[in-house]
Amino acid sequence: MSINILVCIKQVPDPKQFDRITLDPATGSINRTGIPPVTNPVDRHAVEEALRIREAHGGTVTVLTMGPPQARKCLEDALAMGADRGVLLCDMAFAGADTLATAAVLAVGIRTAGDFELVLCGNESVDGATGQVPSQLAEMLGWPRVTHARKIEIKENGSGALVEREIEGGFLRVEVMLPSVIAVVKRINRYRLPTIFGIMEAGRKEIVEVGCAACERCGLAAEAMGLGGSPTRVAGVFQSHRKRHVEMIGGEPKEAARRLIQKLREMDAL
Amino acid sequence: MTGILVWAELRDGRPTGVTLELLNKATDLASMQDGAVSAVVIGQEGCRGCAAELIAHGAGRVFVVEDPRLGLYQADVFTTILCRVIAEARPGVVLLGATAIGADLAPSVAARLGTGLTAHCTDLHLEDIDGRRQLVMVVPGWRGSMMVKIVCPERRPVMATVRPGVLEKGTPDPARNGAVVIVPADIREADFRARTLEMVREAEEGGLEQAAVIVSGGFGFYEAGGISLLERLARAVGGVTAGSRPACDAGWIPESRMIGQSGKTVSPKLFISIGASGAPHYTTGFTSASLIVAIDKNPKAPIFDIADFGIVGDLRDIIPALAEVLEAERQSAFSRQRNE
Repeated sequence: MSINILVCIKQVPDPKQFDRITLDPATGSINRTGIPPVTNPVDRHAVEEALRIREAHGGTVTVLTMGPPQARKCLEDALAMGADRGVLLCDMAFAGADTLATAAVLAVGIRTAGDFELVLCGNESVDGATGQVPSQLAEMLGWPRVTHARKIEIKENGSGALVEREIEGGFLRVEVMLPSVIAVVKRINRYRLPTIFGIMEAGRKEIVEVGCAACERCGLAAEAMGLGGSPTRVAGVFQSHRKRHVEMIGGEPKEAARRLIQKLREMDAL
Repeated sequence: MTGILVWAELRDGRPTGVTLELLNKATDLASMQDGAVSAVVIGQEGCRGCAAELIAHGAGRVFVVEDPRLGLYQADVFTTILCRVIAEARPGVVLLGATAIGADLAPSVAARLGTGLTAHCTDLHLEDIDGRRQLVMVVPGWRGSMMVKIVCPERRPVMATVRPGVLEKGTPDPARNGAVVIVPADIREADFRARTLEMVREAEEGGLEQAAVIVSGGFGFYEAGGISLLERLARAVGGVTAGSRPACDAGWIPESRMIGQSGKTVSPKLFISIGASGAPHYTTGFTSASLIVAIDKNPKAPIFDIADFGIVGDLRDIIPALAEVLEAERQSAFSRQRNE
């Protein structure tokens, strides 16, 4: 029973360099120039999981991203890992989308890309970090979903999957019908690195571009896309201010330790 | 559409901590808005038993949906039921805890209702924006390096998930009155396209959210002698261990004990951070601790900007010194007791 899988991935600024992001307090605008884009870390695990399912059950792996033209790079990386083809949802009309407008465009983009039994996503992106898109995408597709997945087992007949889904202090064992959306966490697997051969192969694989017009033809109104289709708005940005004044404790380690403990006792913290 | 509806997540039949935190915040917001606070409980038969606790914490009405099949979280069905309760109660605001389950349920409900949702808020307040009183939802952006204010101007209800442990719980008042409204579950087998079969608990040391004292290690503590040092100090101060993302990425601390933007938010009585420089996405996880102690070898580390007490030096000297002083105190207290 082969399975056609679509994996949603996202290009994000390198999280290792987030501390280089600066805020102009006067305008509230964020400056992130010079921070290189990378594939959202957990999305690589989603691609890996798709490849493993394809290896076990047969089928195809399509990777899809919504983003600016340079987001093509994260599709190329996934193709080099072994995915079969890519879809780039790219249009100025998609810009400024919150999670609802993002999920709406992704759902239509997925419909234009073919018929799939399974959509995999990373559980959340490092930049927006809401973790909302997978559940909202499932809702737009009219499919069930499982998020926070750390283990996926596809049933032999392809009718469904058994999933371990993390919760605080343990996990839930969930049985889900296909087609469905499953969002994975990092611990689900260790992802492979592209081989030289894989990188060469990737150059020959197809990347389809889908814009606003194609989405409209599939029944999504332009008003539902991008900033205009987003119910939420950013009303302001501010630097979080420190409220504490530190008292440094010097001296020999033993002496400093004694003084610190004495202070903590005085303040009833120990 | 007025009033605030709080989804009461249950764990072992009791409302979770974040549920009570949300009710307290909702009561504050509603008193300024002259609106009502309601809670909704979805669970197995008998889950109405927790209504008294929800009322004592501020819920004027508690909607209860009971069914033997709803003891565990059922993603599909909970979405349908919560949408139905929202249609009946017509709240202006719906709040959920940003737990592993709340973070799954809230987005699907918001998508089905076509409304706005803001994730992992650390604060909610009312503010005049564009000439109207609006609910402002504050979220840490870019892993906590700055705070972002989000509003939902047009669509209703406004929805938000709030991080556990950042808001106050408030004091329950058993004299509060409230009504219990039983809502029929009205679900069919076909509604279970995803079905939770069982919940499996995995041994976890004491919960971080409940710990009074937390000792947290950054990348630097490992270089200085690693996890045993951290554990020794935690034992000496009677606390639990935790760590920053680099400490978790390196595999010294399980992900379940990671502090910060992508991990846990905690507000213990005492938070001791050792060998972490203090990147914002780490410190955002414990800024509401009552007291913060920072120990690091770099006197310029930003961690000292947000601490109450700081010690600069080599962890290999300071941590054992702290542990020895505390252990010696305990020893002498123990011998005094024996001699009395």
